[in-house]
Amino acid sequence: MTEIERHSFDVVVIGAGGAGLRAAVEARAAGLRTAIICKSLFGKAHTVMAEGGIAAAMGNVNSKDNWQVHFRDTMRGGKFLNNFRMAELHAKEAPDRVWELETWGALFDRTKEGKISQRNFGGHEYPRLAHVGDRTGLELIRTMQQAIVSLQQKDAVEFGDAEARIKVFAETTITEIIKDGDRAAGAFGYIRETGNLILFEAPAIVIAAGGIGKSFKVTSNSWEGTGDGHALALKAGGKLVDMEFVQFHPTGMVWPPSVRGILVTESVRGDGGVLRNSEGRRFMFDYIPEVFKEKYAQSEEEGDRWYADPDNNRRPPELLPRDEVARAINSEVKAGRGSPHGGVFLDVSTRLAPDVIKKKLPSMWHQFKELADVDITTQAMEVGPTCHYVMGGILVDPDTGAASGVPGLFAAGESAGGMHGSNRLGGNSLSDLLVFGRRAGAGAVAYFQSLSGNTPKVSDASITKASDHALAPLRNPGGENPYTIQADLQQVTNDLVGIIRTKSELEESLSKLKGFRARLANITCPGGSAFNSGWHLALDLENMLLVSDCIAHAALIREESRGGHTREDFPKMSAEWRKFNLVSHFTNGEVAVEKLALPEMRDELLNLFDIEELGKYMTPEELTRHSKGANA
Amino acid sequence: MTRTAKFRVWRGDASDGALKDYNIEVNEGEVVLDVIHRLQATQTPDLAVRWNCKAGKCGSCSAEINGRPRLMCMTRMNTFTDEETITVTPLRAFPVIRDLVTNVSFNYKKALEIPAFAGPAHLKPGEYRMEQIDVERSQEFRKCIECFLCQDTCHVIRDHEENKEAFAGPRFFIRLAELDMHPLDTLDRKRAAQEDHGLGMCNITKCCTEVCPEHIKITDNAIIPMKERVVDVKYDPVRWLGSKIRRREGL
Amino acid sequence: MRAMGILMSGTMTTPGRAKIAARHLRTDKWWVQPLITVAVLVSFIIYSTWRAFENAHYFVEPYVSPFYSPCLATSCVEGSSDLGQPFGSWWTFSPSLIILLFPLGFRMTCYYYRKAYYRAFWQSPPACAVAEPHKTYTGETRQPLILQNAHRWFFYAGLIFNVILTYDAILAFKNSEGEWGHMQVGTLVLLANATFLWLYSLSCHTCRHTVGGRLKHFSKHPVRYKLWTKISELNHHHPKFAWISLIGVALADFYVRSVSTGFITDLQIF
Repeated sequence: MTEIERHSFDVVVIGAGGAGLRAAVEARAAGLRTAIICKSLFGKAHTVMAEGGIAAAMGNVNSKDNWQVHFRDTMRGGKFLNNFRMAELHAKEAPDRVWELETWGALFDRTKEGKISQRNFGGHEYPRLAHVGDRTGLELIRTMQQAIVSLQQKDAVEFGDAEARIKVFAETTITEIIKDGDRAAGAFGYIRETGNLILFEAPAIVIAAGGIGKSFKVTSNSWEGTGDGHALALKAGGKLVDMEFVQFHPTGMVWPPSVRGILVTESVRGDGGVLRNSEGRRFMFDYIPEVFKEKYAQSEEEGDRWYADPDNNRRPPELLPRDEVARAINSEVKAGRGSPHGGVFLDVSTRLAPDVIKKKLPSMWHQFKELADVDITTQAMEVGPTCHYVMGGILVDPDTGAASGVPGLFAAGESAGGMHGSNRLGGNSLSDLLVFGRRAGAGAVAYFQSLSGNTPKVSDASITKASDHALAPLRNPGGENPYTIQADLQQVTNDLVGIIRTKSELEESLSKLKGFRARLANITCPGGSAFNSGWHLALDLENMLLVSDCIAHAALIREESRGGHTREDFPKMSAEWRKFNLVSHFTNGEVAVEKLALPEMRDELLNLFDIEELGKYMTPEELTRHSKGANA
Repeated sequence: MTRTAKFRVWRGDASDGALKDYNIEVNEGEVVLDVIHRLQATQTPDLAVRWNCKAGKCGSCSAEINGRPRLMCMTRMNTFTDEETITVTPLRAFPVIRDLVTNVSFNYKKALEIPAFAGPAHLKPGEYRMEQIDVERSQEFRKCIECFLCQDTCHVIRDHEENKEAFAGPRFFIRLAELDMHPLDTLDRKRAAQEDHGLGMCNITKCCTEVCPEHIKITDNAIIPMKERVVDVKYDPVRWLGSKIRRREGL
Repeated sequence: MRAMGILMSGTMTTPGRAKIAARHLRTDKWWVQPLITVAVLVSFIIYSTWRAFENAHYFVEPYVSPFYSPCLATSCVEGSSDLGQPFGSWWTFSPSLIILLFPLGFRMTCYYYRKAYYRAFWQSPPACAVAEPHKTYTGETRQPLILQNAHRWFFYAGLIFNVILTYDAILAFKNSEGEWGHMQVGTLVLLANATFLWLYSLSCHTCRHTVGGRLKHFSKHPVRYKLWTKISELNHHHPKFAWISLIGVALADFYVRSVSTGFITDLQIF
């Protein structure tokens, strides 16, 4: 029997990306003993991949910006399916979260007045994204990492032990949340390096484990994005909301095959990159949806003027929300107007000088030069949609991040759902991490303090169960190779649950996904438990399958097209469907999905919008709550 | 276009190990990491390899390819000839865990030894004002993805394990430079660089700069400027005298 | 960096590291660069040492060899002393030896040459990821290598020499009769020599530090920032200037010697 390492903490944070680290800072600030569990090395989390920036209405570049405008943009981007309270908190608190990064040493690009510079981004009315070139995610993760280190340095002085209050467990994966009755009691997992099993006893657990992209074939996500957080919460009795909404970033690399899916930042378009098809046409002008007609340029000339004079011109349609652009590219390629490798052309070389491109988009230049042997200062890039982000996630209380249904469990970041509705705006992810990471951390602190000693216990039986489960793939003789199963699973989601969905394909996907369960039970991983990548994948596969199941189920039920969910058989957005979220739960070994009424926006928030705009999304009865609704 | 490539991959752990030969399929446009993954998926399912983003942004897949410290995801297969045998080993300056994975905790220990950014106490969040030209130098160093290739290649510790105690390494010299050049940092990093972090042990042979996948000019822009700043406070009697006579603040 | 021990270095023998017996696994010609460095530097040392001790053929109107300028002892040939002969007659060695220390020191402590000779001569390391043959290593932390920190003083001295050699190049606008307003091939040689020495000095890391690198806030010193930007551009080419100016100074000396011995005739341009 493998030995099990045991630790006890006040708060355990699963995930060391932006949200997890911000939650940990909050817990440590309250004096709680906090563990950070990191699937990779410390500082490598997927946050590092974010390029464009952090959306926060600081108004540094355009003073007309404020939280109300940001709130409106976020709701619009999410097609009004967002949890309004989350969107509100996010818009209000994002500036403080950005400013606090500066006090921890972050160095954003500056305006002439020496303030944090902000850039334009798809769906944001004003320049709003604080950024550092196109490596903002790296800046964020490094700053948070260094903030953690600085707290450890303080603890080293105060307690003589840097890890007295915050300890980072690198390359450690959690496979199960252990409960005591209803309440979360601990987290169980393994250490990659040794293969040893590890148990964290903690009454408060924050899940900030990132996304699910690895369930899809073409994705921008790294190997970690296997939906661990989603699956952990689901298996522990939590609920997942909005799982049908998966964001396909419109511009991933399509060539060479090895980097297929890797992101081409939206700032390429924000800074003047245009999309063309094989005929040389700027096709995005053909795809401006009715709801956005007044907000976007109707001619190339107007779009071109906007870069220099945004106050008197409308923005070019390349900057439409991501779902619109992704669908447009998909349609162009399907119509046979794609680029040689099945994408479209994104060209920044026609508008910007080579040295400006290298200055503004250094890592893009770098990425194309080194990975694809393409010089973006003279050549067009080939791009196509890639699975980038899941809007859906753990159903939480907006203010505290408390996971619905499991006392002691909290969630933030991509693992949590609701904030972005049916589609996330670029730049809202990094701010989401910080705003709700902090809130989940604070929620965990408040919960811990409310226990006043009445802490849940981890039973021996639950440890044995978790350990048997984790070791099964190692003990199983002569079964199937996990890498083959992964490739097959990704093919199913890619073909049947991708950007464009239909009833028949979704039904087919559900039956195929069922078939994977038996295969998972029969996985074999030769070799020992120390740093055995096959074993790790075998355990991750269970999460990927569970998440794919939720996505397919929810996608089948939602009979409309909205944001990151496009049904070919129901191409229109439906005001009736907007009143509901779909919530997945896992009971008796089966995923089930039910409707849950969407919380109604408070009147003063509703009145921030023109009633004409709301009319495009809401039912006439809902509009009567608007201040102008009485006469309407 | 598919071909078969000859790979020699180091397999083993801290107790023992050896280079093993493999023939693996390679497709057009692939990088070394793709080939290693194919090896893992088809021939050696338990091959230990550390990787994350596959785009040169996270700095996880550091290894030595044909004897040179590199990121596997940033080494294109078309940079080798068809006949060439490609040797892949773990980083040789750090303890090996298994196969291509090394224990890089040395670097995290060193990170803990460098005092964090200390901003001015009188400025509240949101009140920081910095000019772009004043942050640019430090921004270059913040491009660091912590792949630790510079640490691996640096002969000061690569060839002399005993120096690890006293020597922070290039990654942390750029961190010190970043902080010393930060327009609002209030601590003096110069003396500490020399006295606590072993800057003087660097003999500027530039291997760190050579291997940096982010093309940070570690030697020219961080280490040498820091060495000059150390001279200002430690080895330059004129400057020392000058600073005693009138404190030149806000340079 | 003291005792040259037997081949025993951390890369291969430290417990816990991957057991790989090879000193390196590089497949490229990593030894070419250090070999060239050795070849060029050794040639220069041999030539310059011979010339410094030769104590002859360093002046021919209107040229003085850069190895002997300024010529400061009474023994200097007539016309070769720009700055008088303060060393008087007690100095009986070659007058070149009085001044050689300064350019030598400047180059010895130069950040670029340090890299080149630590790699090529001391093999510390011979090339990146190639194990070095030393048991212990302390870098530039103790005597004598701690003296590398004196680079800036040699830089200042080097500037004085640049001024003198520039003055020599101006004097070269005379002809062999001492009349102004002429130009020969030798004039161009001395001009080129002075130019490359200036480029070498101005592109140096200490210069970059002094003009602006040491500032914390560029925005408060716009002129110095501009200068620093220019020097930084030059600094990229520092290694190139280091080699060109080194070979240039030897060639300039060789030219003066060749004219002086009548080996070649100095062609008149105007």
